[in-house]
Amino acid sequence: MLDKNIYLILIISLVFAISFWIGFNVNLLPAEASINAPIYDELFKILFITGLIIFIGMTIAVIYSLFKFRKRNDQIGDGIALEGNLSLEIVWTIIPSIIVLLIGLYSYNIYDRMGGMKELNHNHEMMSSNSEKIWAGISQTSDNEIAINNLSIEVSAMQFAFLFNYPKGNFISGELHVPVDQKVSMKMESKDVIHAFWVPEFRIKQDIIPGQPTILNFTPTKVGKYPIICAELCGPYHGGMRASIIVEEESDYNEWFNKNKKPEVNL
Amino acid sequence: MTISIDPQETNNESLQPKGWLRYFSFSLDHKVIGIQYLVCGFLFYLIGGTLASAIRIELASPMSDFMPRDVYNQVLTLHGTIMIFLWIVPVVNGAFGNYLIPFYVGARDMAFPRLNAVAFWLIPPSGLMLVASYFVEGAAQAGWTAYPPLSITTPQSGQIIWILSVLLLGGSSIFGGINFIATIIKLRRPGLKLMQLPMYCWAMLGTSLLVVLSTPVLAGTLILLSFDIIANTGFFNPVLGGNVVVYQHLFWFYSHPAVYIMVLPAFGLVSEILPVHARKPLFGYTTMVFSIMGIVVLGLVVWAHHMFTSGTPPWMRLFFTIATAFIAVPTGIKFFNWVATLWGGKISINSAMLFSCGFIINFVFGGITGVALAQVPFDIHVHDTYFVVAHFHYIVYGGTVFIIFSSIYHWFPKVTGKMLNEKLGILHFIITFIGFNLCFAPQHWLGLNGMPRRVAEYDPQFQFVNQISSLGALLMAISTIPFLINVFLSVRNGKNAGDNPWNALTPEWLTSSPPPVENWEGEAPLVEEPYGYGKEISEKK
Repeated sequence: MLDKNIYLILIISLVFAISFWIGFNVNLLPAEASINAPIYDELFKILFITGLIIFIGMTIAVIYSLFKFRKRNDQIGDGIALEGNLSLEIVWTIIPSIIVLLIGLYSYNIYDRMGGMKELNHNHEMMSSNSEKIWAGISQTSDNEIAINNLSIEVSAMQFAFLFNYPKGNFISGELHVPVDQKVSMKMESKDVIHAFWVPEFRIKQDIIPGQPTILNFTPTKVGKYPIICAELCGPYHGGMRASIIVEEESDYNEWFNKNKKPEVNL
Repeated sequence: MTISIDPQETNNESLQPKGWLRYFSFSLDHKVIGIQYLVCGFLFYLIGGTLASAIRIELASPMSDFMPRDVYNQVLTLHGTIMIFLWIVPVVNGAFGNYLIPFYVGARDMAFPRLNAVAFWLIPPSGLMLVASYFVEGAAQAGWTAYPPLSITTPQSGQIIWILSVLLLGGSSIFGGINFIATIIKLRRPGLKLMQLPMYCWAMLGTSLLVVLSTPVLAGTLILLSFDIIANTGFFNPVLGGNVVVYQHLFWFYSHPAVYIMVLPAFGLVSEILPVHARKPLFGYTTMVFSIMGIVVLGLVVWAHHMFTSGTPPWMRLFFTIATAFIAVPTGIKFFNWVATLWGGKISINSAMLFSCGFIINFVFGGITGVALAQVPFDIHVHDTYFVVAHFHYIVYGGTVFIIFSSIYHWFPKVTGKMLNEKLGILHFIITFIGFNLCFAPQHWLGLNGMPRRVAEYDPQFQFVNQISSLGALLMAISTIPFLINVFLSVRNGKNAGDNPWNALTPEWLTSSPPPVENWEGEAPLVEEPYGYGKEISEKK
């Protein structure tokens, strides 16, 4: 009996070791290019390792049972008449409940750190006169000061393109240019069907809905060019509905901005 | 409703066609109806599978080069709709439910045999109509979710035929659900207690409750959508002041429970199969019953986890995260109980057992990615990507379809009196298992790294992984061949099975194979311990 327990403990520790090794050494995610991304990847790592432990454990249990308890040719009759074991069943009700609860609380914490639980600050610039209900994406409004200084961009989506309106410069661009390490606030609305704004390297996504503006805020952290992908089926050319976000140093951004800026028309 | 079994009518076999013609008739025999559901469902599975192959051929290269883009959207819409509404739901509910439930409750037929036949005969016309819509003006192309405004702005005839077809299939499903509830509650043999019923009855009771509670919501939603399309109303049309997010709430109020309508019966079926081939009682009967009912209750309050990126307020995101994650608890209990059922048994390694074990492994994997997807911050990155595609195929194919095959291997001797060939069966399992995992496991990576779902073209960096996935799909298509050969050979020349080749204790095995028209020559046996393996008991009267 003691021997059996030792094997069991050995196998369980091996499963844990393998899961942790894979969790820390196998990277399944694209580059991290926003404030959100490292937070997301932290959650991913925890979920990945927990999932691996459960999956490898269950798979070993099934395959081991098939080998160990397979019916040999000379055997007749049935297995043991075991109909249940209340304490065991309570254990495997409570342990998963605790795991699920902990994961839920942890992901709440992650979501909060991403800014998902914060009230959106509606009262800055272009949104000030808006009395319409605005539904939020992840907001990251961790700090009111940033919220005042941030960049405001209006995104409109249509079959099959994104247009980025820079109200301060009074121009529209097909490419989204943003300065690195600054908070960007986007108000998005669709002209026709539902689209979605997804930047895999930023780990953010928000549907763009006709008749219902949505807000998405993010802070890029790495200079580079990343794809903007439409992630909601929007018609025949849905797969081709892509744009680019170009994250650049502030000076480069300002140069680009001033080049495209149009004088404001006063009515 | 006073329609119940009229013994004179059903006894008078001369009124009903005999032989294979029965299967093309308005038969009232629950066993004939069950086989009608199964074969009809399988034919649609072949159509849906052909469409899936077309999708994987298109995705073998990054450009949209195999078919026109709008046809691609029609193909993916038809694939989803056919697989859900014409293959999985009718087969795990209609086919096995009709065949097995009357045996399990000790009845001679279902409670409402005519309603039962109507429920089946709604399926072939609506399925054919759906497929035929391709030849009218093109089939629906807004995905199986038919989100407005896309479903309002794409060509109307395809979308309207799609709605009609899904409405009829939903009606069929509701008729079936009412019939199962009535049969399980009211037609039990005297002396048979609820807690003595085989687990599949509980699974079907829970599923039918979900069907009856949620399908009418889908019907209502689709009727409103059709008004928007035909009559220019503005329920969901934003141009006329409609709200597109309301449609999503209403749609997922049915369509998330629909996932449980597809997997709960499979949970029931695997609970019948494992004890027989492991020669052990089902572990933890009572907790199994409670976990089914727990899944039913929780399954009704998790729908908005499909809408985390749609513009939902934070409190709603949080509530649906917690509710969804907690479904893992009753589901986990069932999986631990199945492994405990295997533990210490005398397991026959045959096709039915292998497909059931494949189901456990695949479903655990899909369940784990499901718990991850329930977490809002996780979901916001991978929502509407190939990660989700991979996840739900692990649930509905790796889970339910594996159990459909397992069940066919298990109950084929009952239905035909012939055994299926085990070697071909194991070959079928091996190719399916490898092909399935090769096809869908890499898609998790695709989704995480930036490939959205429902696209005909993609970033060339994903080509290699997509080709692996397409290779897996090819294997899955090939795996159907040994299965079909096996069925056709065995029906004609299979080894005689005898009445009870597995020495099973559940009631359907206590009559001849194939069973007589009213199931038993004499009284239905009272089976108080359907899982009494390893005990010296007298389960006969």
